[in-house]
Amino acid sequence: MTSVPGLQVANATLSYQQRPLFKDLSFTFAPATWTCLLGRSGCGKSSLLRLIAGLEAPDRPTLMVTDHRGNPLPPQGIAWMAQQDALLPWLNVMDNITIGARLRNTLDDTHRDQAHALLERLQLADRAKSRPNQLSGGQRQRVALARTLMQPAPIVLMDEPFSAVDAITRSELHALSIELLAERTVLMVTHDPREALRLSDDIYILASGQLEHLSTRKGQRPAELSLEERDALERHIMSQLGGIAP
Amino acid sequence: MTALATGSRKLIALALTLTVLIIAWQAIVSLADLPRYILPGPLSVIQALERFAPLLITHGLYTALEILLGFVGGVLLGILTALLLAAFLPVRRILLPLLLASQTIPIFAIAPLLMLWLGYGLLSKVVMAMLIIYFPVASTCFDGLRHTPAAWLDMATTLGATRRQRLFRIQLPAALPSLCSGLRMAATAAPIGAVIGEWVGSSQGLGYLMLQANGRMQTDLMFAALFMLIIIAVGLYQLVDWLSRWLVPWQQRTTTL
Repeated sequence: MTSVPGLQVANATLSYQQRPLFKDLSFTFAPATWTCLLGRSGCGKSSLLRLIAGLEAPDRPTLMVTDHRGNPLPPQGIAWMAQQDALLPWLNVMDNITIGARLRNTLDDTHRDQAHALLERLQLADRAKSRPNQLSGGQRQRVALARTLMQPAPIVLMDEPFSAVDAITRSELHALSIELLAERTVLMVTHDPREALRLSDDIYILASGQLEHLSTRKGQRPAELSLEERDALERHIMSQLGGIAP
Repeated sequence: MTALATGSRKLIALALTLTVLIIAWQAIVSLADLPRYILPGPLSVIQALERFAPLLITHGLYTALEILLGFVGGVLLGILTALLLAAFLPVRRILLPLLLASQTIPIFAIAPLLMLWLGYGLLSKVVMAMLIIYFPVASTCFDGLRHTPAAWLDMATTLGATRRQRLFRIQLPAALPSLCSGLRMAATAAPIGAVIGEWVGSSQGLGYLMLQANGRMQTDLMFAALFMLIIIAVGLYQLVDWLSRWLVPWQQRTTTL
């Protein structure tokens, strides 16, 4: 697991329409871990993720995004997956998931074989030639997952990637993602405490511009907790978020 | 319902509509007892189509050529403008207000100028047709380029796409549905441009023929020429419609002709 870099972000500052969202946030995520970032709507959790992905210009040029030791990440080191599948309707499934390589002009047979194998794993092998509009919502999101996985990036940023699909599909996608993203460092934004507890090794809550690390009493990873412990933790998260505990 | 059944139903509906219109037309002519030079009946127009067939075809082909060249030229120029506007902010700042202002000039008013500058031949009509469709094409294409779903651009950015790749491989294909609605507008407007050009000054084409026929009170020939023009315009529209479906196969058709 030593080959996979973690993620370190330093001095993240961003404001939205003159209102500061967060200031000088710094944090480190261990290699090959799955971290969930929770927060209420408008707290800036998606903006933080976009900032790390390079989709948002930071307020200050001091922002540093590196691996966990502070070394620069490899080029194309960060993959991105959002709530919308962002599949291009004029490309078929195969062309959509290999778009990264096509843009970089590095598409070769190995890459194609890898794509075929991945489609096989995601039960989309017979859909390689289909266009996105011929797929169901769950299939589309699986294709988006495949496109993310086709990137050789060790860091994967996900912005509520499973919130637009139905509960059963979400559950399937969770299982697939845990399996297929095991070798990568994942930072995922979600608004669903239960999803966070199911998937993550670590949970952070972003509120009032502060990032709070949620630690379990035994120091265990949330994903390894028993159901009762998870329930208790979920109630705790809900109260932290300012909601009414169930 | 099968596509064939839908198709034949549409054909039947079209035939019925045409029959009703022709009967109404004949009824007006017969009941009002209108002289032929005011409103010829359907039968005399059909006779004129037959009698002047070689003339109509020669002039019709000439006008069709003007329209087609104008259409292609205007579309290319429009797309090029939209790409420049989308790619370069300074171009957008300078060109966009000029473009909008230019649209207040009635195209009819500059037709005589075009004759003066470009002569009475093919070129001035082609340029007329180009000018009349240029703006709808440029503005619908630019609109499409500007309204690319943000999620697609984010995806491309995180995949390391350059600005040029984003423009040509994401924004331009994404603009196709919008551009195609501009092309449909252009298909109906291009014949107007060509015919106006012919009216202002020409020695060939359906517009010229109509002007001549009008001067000689050959109203049936005027109608026959008009009929030819409709055929050309509808043909061009159908061609563009087919092209649009080929270009944008992922978009559900919301309108049917």
